[in-house]
Amino acid sequence: MTQSDILLTEAPGPVAPPARRRRRRPLAAIPYVIIGLYVLAATIGPLLIDYDPVATEVTERLLPPGSATESGTAWLGTDAVGRDVLAQVVYGARTSFIIGIAVVTACGLIGVVLGALAGYSGGLPDAAVSRTIDVLMAFPGILLAIVIAGLLERGMHVVIIALSVGGWVGFARLSRSITMSTRERDWVDAARIMGVSKAATLKRHIVPFLTGSVVALATIELASAVLSEAALSFLGLGLPPHIVSWGQAIAGGREHLATAWWITVFPGIALTVLVVCIGLVGDRLTRRFTRKRD
Amino acid sequence: MTYFIVKRLAIGLLTIWGVVTAVFIVVRLAPGDQATVALGPDASAAEVAALRHTLGLDQPLLVQYLSYLGDVVRLDFGDSYRFGRPAMDQVLERFPATAELTLAATVIAIVAGLILGVIAGKKPGSGLDRAVSTVTLGMQALPPFWVGIMFILIFALQLQVLPSAGGGSLANLVLPAVTLAIPFTALVARMTRSGVAETMSEAFVQTARSKGLTETQVLTGHVVKNSLIPVVTVVGLQVGTLLGGAVIIETVFAWPGLGSLLVSAVGNRDYAVVQAATVLIALCVIVLNLAADIINAKLDPRIRLEARR
Repeated sequence: MTQSDILLTEAPGPVAPPARRRRRRPLAAIPYVIIGLYVLAATIGPLLIDYDPVATEVTERLLPPGSATESGTAWLGTDAVGRDVLAQVVYGARTSFIIGIAVVTACGLIGVVLGALAGYSGGLPDAAVSRTIDVLMAFPGILLAIVIAGLLERGMHVVIIALSVGGWVGFARLSRSITMSTRERDWVDAARIMGVSKAATLKRHIVPFLTGSVVALATIELASAVLSEAALSFLGLGLPPHIVSWGQAIAGGREHLATAWWITVFPGIALTVLVVCIGLVGDRLTRRFTRKRD
Repeated sequence: MTYFIVKRLAIGLLTIWGVVTAVFIVVRLAPGDQATVALGPDASAAEVAALRHTLGLDQPLLVQYLSYLGDVVRLDFGDSYRFGRPAMDQVLERFPATAELTLAATVIAIVAGLILGVIAGKKPGSGLDRAVSTVTLGMQALPPFWVGIMFILIFALQLQVLPSAGGGSLANLVLPAVTLAIPFTALVARMTRSGVAETMSEAFVQTARSKGLTETQVLTGHVVKNSLIPVVTVVGLQVGTLLGGAVIIETVFAWPGLGSLLVSAVGNRDYAVVQAATVLIALCVIVLNLAADIINAKLDPRIRLEARR
């Protein structure tokens, strides 16, 4: 059962449930705060920390966390060619956000448009979209991404395309199913009778009902895009060497695992904490928009 | 039922065609074709042209595509330029190791997932339930390749109780199988939890209790059995995800399976092996999904009826 399945089990109705007073749980804010810190580090960090991904400082290689270097204290140590691990974590956050957001935006747009069109039109367009979804659901998306990102010219745009090829399917499935049930509503009939065009009906009377579930799914997909990008870079198949990424940093530290654990451990913790927090937020949104009992 | 199987089979064939076509397109878009890659950077233009002719790369794209489709049907992908032998042989040789790894991970995931799920679902809303839910959510979000490296750091380098890489023995299997099983365990646990929680409120559970059965007897004899159906479904339908995960885990632990072969073939532009491996993986996924679908349809008539619509 994938996330889109969970969201599909109970499509939200047109009327929002009355806001229920909840017990205030201060702990619930933690994931949001942590994600906020990551966003801050990704946007402002590179302005404060100077880092050249291709520069090497051989005299300062494999220094443990807290060592003093020429350019200041290396709080998280240095890697095999003397680059600062903290800077890699900060610059890696930016790469992860750029790719993650680009992939989710592309997948969301393609998925919602195709899904809504298929669900609204039925017939041949629906059959075409549905069979494409069936095909892509059957084949593991990460394998497709490995083949595409590994064989084509390296670059950020190739990674984004590689991860988007299989990523839009969840959005399309969700949008198609909600559209199919919304289409039967009276206000859609009313719009049709009044002669509102198909595009306007979709845009004004159907797409607004997709928003909640699509946002919930987008959060989950963001976590999985960040994870997949790191996996691709870890395999050495994604980004070119001059773009800093957590996956590459983790892979770079593998040879020195016994002596310099910090090269692998810190980028991995950065990745894990971010993905877990986005997952927690996504889970909460999913529960809210499927109106399942807690 | 026949209609149902035929429909799933048709989707399976469509999937293989889709995978084959996608890989064909990617290979043609990639910089450097089979001939330039096989001969290396020192080859003369004439040599490259000769090999291109032998491989049929100088023909129109449509002709290449059709002859490639013919090769796929015969499961003949040509020779791997790195190993100098048929790519399909190479791929089939690596297949048992991947099957072993994914099977071991499935067994671990089902056992651990069922235990966690029953613990959580037994008393929905309890502290134990919330603890299990939080843990499983974390398990699903962990980056498997990093967890694998951390296992190597802890169990192979620090404690030195398990080998860090390679295949062949049971000790080698432990770390990769556990790593691969983690997200899958979480999935099985969450499915089991909701199944058990739902079944606990059924009338027959009350009957069983009022018969004087102990809570353990009620759980094992009545509740778990009835919550197994969704678990079977998930196991069957997640084969693709599991194989995708195996590709990465195999690379981390240098496990001699299909996944590590595919990753190195992609890195070395060994197109024949890439094509053979992706087709074999697609075949596995489709066959196992079909098996899961059929078992499900047998268990649950609603699925059969829905397929007819």
